[in-house]
Amino acid sequence: MEPAAAQIPLELKGVSKVYSVSRGYFKKDGQLHAVKKIDLKLKSGEVLGLVGESGCGKSTLAKLLLGLIAPSVGEVRVHGQSYASHDRIWISERIQPVFQDPHSSLNPRKSVREIVTAPLRVHKSGDPENWDKRVTETLDLVGLPRRLMDSYPSQMSGGQRQRVAIARALILRPRIVICDEPTSALDVSVQSQILNLLMDLRKELSLTYLVISHDLSVIEHIADRIAVMYLGRIVEEAPAREIFSRPRHPYTKALLESVLSPNPELGVPDVHLAGEFPNPLEPPTGCSFHPRCPMAQGDCSGTEPQERIEGEARIACMHYDSGGGQFMADAKP
Amino acid sequence: MIGVSNRTEPQSLTKGPGRQLFERAVHHGGFIAGTAIVLVVFAAAIGAGVLSPYDPYIQDLGSRLIPPVWQDGGSWKHPLGTDHLGRDYISRLLHGARISLLIGCVTVAISGTLGTILGLVAGYFGGRVDAAIMFLITVRLSMPVVLVALAIVAIFGGSLTIVMIVLGLLLWDRFAVVIRSSTQQIRDLDYITSARALGCSTPRIIASEVLPNVLNNLIVVATLEMAHAITLEAALSFLGLGVQPPLPSWGLMVAEGKDMLLFDPWLIAIPGCALFALIFAINLVGDGVRDITAPESRS
Repeated sequence: MEPAAAQIPLELKGVSKVYSVSRGYFKKDGQLHAVKKIDLKLKSGEVLGLVGESGCGKSTLAKLLLGLIAPSVGEVRVHGQSYASHDRIWISERIQPVFQDPHSSLNPRKSVREIVTAPLRVHKSGDPENWDKRVTETLDLVGLPRRLMDSYPSQMSGGQRQRVAIARALILRPRIVICDEPTSALDVSVQSQILNLLMDLRKELSLTYLVISHDLSVIEHIADRIAVMYLGRIVEEAPAREIFSRPRHPYTKALLESVLSPNPELGVPDVHLAGEFPNPLEPPTGCSFHPRCPMAQGDCSGTEPQERIEGEARIACMHYDSGGGQFMADAKP
Repeated sequence: MIGVSNRTEPQSLTKGPGRQLFERAVHHGGFIAGTAIVLVVFAAAIGAGVLSPYDPYIQDLGSRLIPPVWQDGGSWKHPLGTDHLGRDYISRLLHGARISLLIGCVTVAISGTLGTILGLVAGYFGGRVDAAIMFLITVRLSMPVVLVALAIVAIFGGSLTIVMIVLGLLLWDRFAVVIRSSTQQIRDLDYITSARALGCSTPRIIASEVLPNVLNNLIVVATLEMAHAITLEAALSFLGLGVQPPLPSWGLMVAEGKDMLLFDPWLIAIPGCALFALIFAINLVGDGVRDITAPESRS
């Protein structure tokens, strides 16, 4: 049975975001579909991982979820209430971000105290006399020593800075946290500390997370459910174990193969696929993945694939045979 | 318990930004020298009433063109001599410091406010707002400052107030250009996005997130423009279109001394040296502030 709308912390309904891009004088402006017809639901208390190559629309999706930009089509809802009918203060009480690079996400001219108090000040939350107490509590919560209260970001390590960013996100006690590559700017040794902290905080404060990453090993470590994005669309969404044990979409398979690279220096995984990442201004017809898809057949370039549902999973590929769990192309002799 | 893992992170031993700035300032010779000279001029300007041995306006035609003390015929009665109307030169020099600093400060206050607001708005919003403000900057840059100032002063008459307003409305371009480009560099950083995600209003973001991070550039431009304004005032006064006699402005003192250049060159040399020292010192301070606030950009 469908849970009541108010029970779903965060929901995207048919959300598209189109930017018009000037291509010079005398030319028609280009239409850039940053995200296209996205349906996504977060369940209360879960961690949803969102993966995809850079340029696939992950960050646009994060901005939509934070209410920083309005969708061109569709709507974003928090606890069943549309963003369109509320202001940013209302949204920001319920949903907060943690960004990738804590060096650029903290104002270098402000002390930890000022940074973590800022949300209280903007929201005029409670009695200003209690602000220091609440800041101290939140610093304890994220494991930051109180003596760093009057330090500046430049005096702290990457891990400490990321803890400050998490403290700032949590001091208003939001229910949902959007983590945009929360660990990819950190040292490997600190990454797991921050991930464990995020997981501990989820239990303690019953948070719901959307974790955006290109790093499948991070996602595997923490996500309950995973959505795979390609060129502004979600091509597959399934429980985490299914994504890793039995990927359905050819693009998910390619992503998983790429993650096996043993060299951590490589950063963004190199997806071993034919062809270049397509120009988002002129996306391929039909299934947008067909020019690079190893399983592509003639009709892939003609028709857009319909979404199919298989158990808890959703997949957008028309040649996926849900019955046998195999691609029809593979079944042929 | 949450955060036990934090034990492994050492306490940072680096100093806070304020302390670092102070230490770099103390070790920056040019900055110290510049600040010292500027402070001396400020002290002279503030204490002109007490320090001056004579009233700078009182003429004594009986003791005209007395040379300064180090020349033949000079005496400690008038340490820097007297001008062609017998006015005490050191008293005029001290009172002239007031005019120069007043012009410098008021002009920078007007042009700095104007240019900073335009630069912040253009840099933060971008797009059409930016295009409009860039057009304004281009218009302003295409006007030669001295000619426009001369024309306006010729129409409205020369006075201290007019000179300050005219220079203030003409010298905002560098503020706008510099603040615009530094705002563009930081407007897409994540701490601006965080502030927006917190529900901060745009004026609040500009004032409390952007402005503190462009402040060092603002100070550097302000010092350079202050020196610029003081030179322009001296030039306008020299041309007879700036501060009007009998006010003791350094530029005016040079202008009044030019007829005696051949026989009494100290009449020009003294206010000229004072102008040179002040402008040199202000530029040293500006260079110093740049080095101190952004040591990585020092070449």
